[in-house]
Amino acid sequence: MTKKLSKTISSRTDNLLEVREFVMRAARDFGFSEEESSKIVLAVDEACTNVIKHAYQNAPDKKIQIDITSERDMFQISIIDNGKSFNPNTARLPDLKQHLTHFRRGGLGVYLMRTLMDKVEYSYSPGKRNVVRLIKYLTPDKAAARS
Amino acid sequence: MSEFKIQHRTGEGVNVIDLKGYLDAHTAPELENVLQKLIEEKKFNIVVNCKDLSYISSAGLGVFMAYIEDVRKNRGDIKLTNMSPKVYNVFDLLGFPILYEIYKDEQDAIKKFQDARSVQN
Repeated sequence: MTKKLSKTISSRTDNLLEVREFVMRAARDFGFSEEESSKIVLAVDEACTNVIKHAYQNAPDKKIQIDITSERDMFQISIIDNGKSFNPNTARLPDLKQHLTHFRRGGLGVYLMRTLMDKVEYSYSPGKRNVVRLIKYLTPDKAAARS
Repeated sequence: MSEFKIQHRTGEGVNVIDLKGYLDAHTAPELENVLQKLIEEKKFNIVVNCKDLSYISSAGLGVFMAYIEDVRKNRGDIKLTNMSPKVYNVFDLLGFPILYEIYKDEQDAIKKFQDARSVQN
């Protein structure tokens, strides 16, 4: 059975805490451990932060929609905005050590999203709708416990 | 609800910053201001105690990256201490333990600064 949850926030960083609490609850309810849930929460925080900073360039009155879809062993969070398009899959990801030794701050969020989640997908229509999909699967033992 | 608190202590020639709560894109500018002020005051021996830090995102980690070069150029350092496993894991994922000194206890970091000073003198 597919379960859907949704939340819409204004594009302000003071709403990140509310997003994290929303995602944490849903991830725990789905069957993820505390550690796995925390990883998902961090990935969503990074995605929303990117939307606020890059897609909306810190404009505080825009909307970000967070949709959670869970089905069988799959937990998917879609982060939807109407701002400037940004594709984390084609964003330049330099060698991490090189990146860090030169103390560059950008790009860490995208690196974390990819490291923490099983899949990161992106779709966009410029100026209309950008969607980042973060997907994580339950491990087989937890999926069996769920069914 | 107060989601983030930052306090600054001085003692034994070392500046200790205590972090509490959530360090994310919303609260990172507060840490940035404190570090900026320390650098302006030429206080380069900095220990960041993460005992009560419950969450960190890349925006928080980015603050340490922004100031570490300035601090080290002035023969100082930012040393991190007392991290929970959850917070350490985020630092570790981004390779920070290679570039930053991370200690289990604040006193170890303070001692490291004092030892370095006694070698210089």
